[in-house]
Amino acid sequence: MSAQGLLHPALERVETAEVGRAVLIRGARLVDPRSGLDREGDVLVRGGRIAELGESGALEAPDGAELVRGEGLTALPAFVDPHVHLRTPGREDEEDLDSGTRAASAGGYCAVIAMPNTEPVVDCAPVLGALRERARAEARIPTGFTAAITRGQAGQDLTEMAELADAGAFAFTDDGLPVRSAGVMRQALQYQKLAGRTLALHEEEPSLSRDGGMHEGAASAALGLAAIPSVSESSMVARDVLLARHEEGRIHVQHVSARESVEAIERGLADGVEVTAEASPHHLLLTEDHVRELDTHFKMNPPLRSEDDRRALIDGLRSGTLSCVATDHAPHSPEEKEQPFELAPMGVTGLETAFSALYTDLVEPGVLDLGLLVERMTSGGEPFGLEIPRIEPGAPANLCLVDLGAEWEVGEGGYESRSANCAFAGRRLRGRVRLTVAGGQVAYRERSFAVGAVR
Amino acid sequence: MNRHLLSVDDLSREDIERLLDRAASFAEVSGREIKKVPTLRGRTVINVFYESSTRTSSSFELAAKRLSADLVSIKAQGSAVDKGESLKDTVQTLSAYDPAAIVIRSPHAGAAALVARWSAASVINAGDGKHEHPTQALLDLYALRRRVGPLEGLKLWIVGDVMHSRVARSGILAFSRMGCEVTVCGPPTLIPRGIESLGCRVRYTLDDLAEADVVYALRMQSERMEGSFVPSLREYAGRYQIDGRRLGAGQLLMHPGPVNRGVELAAEVIDSPQALIVEQVESGVVVRMAVLYELLAGGGGSGAGERRAAGPLGETTEPQPA
Repeated sequence: MSAQGLLHPALERVETAEVGRAVLIRGARLVDPRSGLDREGDVLVRGGRIAELGESGALEAPDGAELVRGEGLTALPAFVDPHVHLRTPGREDEEDLDSGTRAASAGGYCAVIAMPNTEPVVDCAPVLGALRERARAEARIPTGFTAAITRGQAGQDLTEMAELADAGAFAFTDDGLPVRSAGVMRQALQYQKLAGRTLALHEEEPSLSRDGGMHEGAASAALGLAAIPSVSESSMVARDVLLARHEEGRIHVQHVSARESVEAIERGLADGVEVTAEASPHHLLLTEDHVRELDTHFKMNPPLRSEDDRRALIDGLRSGTLSCVATDHAPHSPEEKEQPFELAPMGVTGLETAFSALYTDLVEPGVLDLGLLVERMTSGGEPFGLEIPRIEPGAPANLCLVDLGAEWEVGEGGYESRSANCAFAGRRLRGRVRLTVAGGQVAYRERSFAVGAVR
Repeated sequence: MNRHLLSVDDLSREDIERLLDRAASFAEVSGREIKKVPTLRGRTVINVFYESSTRTSSSFELAAKRLSADLVSIKAQGSAVDKGESLKDTVQTLSAYDPAAIVIRSPHAGAAALVARWSAASVINAGDGKHEHPTQALLDLYALRRRVGPLEGLKLWIVGDVMHSRVARSGILAFSRMGCEVTVCGPPTLIPRGIESLGCRVRYTLDDLAEADVVYALRMQSERMEGSFVPSLREYAGRYQIDGRRLGAGQLLMHPGPVNRGVELAAEVIDSPQALIVEQVESGVVVRMAVLYELLAGGGGSGAGERRAAGPLGETTEPQPA
């Protein structure tokens, strides 16, 4: 059975025999905040879609179905990550499409969108086409690819955005680098009227961030490290919100880290600008104080900021100014990270820990409720035209089954990712993904999770 | 006291007092014709300098030799580092020689702490990036204490390029730990945001310099002009140079060297009796002897490359968890 009509046409993944195979989850807590669903029951997945919801024990498994015991587990709409680095092509030693999507599925994700800052940069249709073809052979969950805004991400000349859009570019972004020139940014927004697709923006003013490696504040002053002030980000967010307003464009602000950036987006929204924004688990949970030991697992761009910024991000997530959670999953090899802080590259992995870390530190203490977290973790594809995963009859089957009571130590059993540079390494977290169904097929089963009787 | 000296923050006031007293006892040795004591005989000290240095490296070398340690000094130029060897691999190679101590100078913050994680030796930070230079702070305290006695309550002004200065950061921590009131002063472009959190006040002009008992001038590097941190050395000197007019008769003057004459200091104050600059240099060897002694031999503990150096109070300290 094929997954025709289940996926957005620009998403790619391996089609296995599991597509269309029926799965019956029995007696789980079913949660879908968008419909107010929160009760125990059965879910039947058939033909790649959610066929039926029923009372616990009410649904019968069709022939050949996989039966999953859901008692004590919670079924959530699966998550969508609009911002991951799969390091392919070029750095397959750090991550490849198979390992990156395996990590995503282990974190409860049913779709990811990959950034184009690879070697070579995804800035022309042949590179994009080859990557999509590779994803059809390697990606375990539906994967979308973005293309660069400027050639070679050099910030000067626009890519062939119309052709790239036709070739299946999900969005355009120079992620990792800002579009430094306001003039080029304006042209990209103008060209959006032809090419379509959202512009996803890494916001940083290089003359303010210079060679900084952490947030400018008390910790950087004590460490003597070159630092990146918040205004490096917020001034560019403000600029691009104004440009988007002027050109009636559509932008998505990546990895927001500073209070003033949240405020600039808020003002844009109030002015009717089409702007969405994401926050990462590490910026929502960690601060500059974690950098004091100069552990390179806390080095990323934008940097971990102050406690006040962190609170502003949480408020922004709650209000919806920050519309989604994105991991900015950025694998790096151990030899790159085992260096003095100033020499180590920016970036941390996050797909396998995002939900658990946010659940442990925000939902359990009562800062956010589970429904709101699930909404923000499932809406990452919306700015790019992806359907939001739902648990309701007729919806494509995108769900994860989570043991909210399970406690585990990050890294204790290794990682699905090829890289281990996780900011939460060694942390004890609650909430463990046991099973993920992505685009109608089972993409992940935790090894210890007993697979029910197959009839 | 810790097994390593990575930051002034690792030292309590009592630790500092003991180190300074120990240095004073070594000063007596330095006055002898034969300046050696056998304390570290048979033990190995490795100096690894990834940045050029005259004072710090030579005084560490002399300190190790006067304590009779076997000494290996490695400079980045011409070494495996030049050939692209990572810090971790270099440290593991050197650790194979079973050193009792590794003294490291690196252009990168946190490098000494990494060495401490990767090696069983006691590690002494001889400057890590713009972060810290704890033995400089200790010798500054030593030189000042020798001149004025107890430091409690003294007002110290650190003047100049605080942003790029590891001497300033270690100095703020060390002088305030000893009960001094520390003020940092310099162009706003060279005072890092948040520096007050280390326990100092911030001033952008020398208007209140008269309140200082001690003026500590920092080296102003000419490459700072490139980043537009100050418009010109001329303007800098006009606002921040310590000269005979600004330095009051009752005030003392310190500087970590090497001095840029005519930039941060005018010639007349460098050579004045108020300056402790030469005494600071002289203090380098005895203070570094004291640090090596307290870390490696403080309370017993002998034998080459002993993995668990005994603490100065005789307790055995476990290696730091990575």
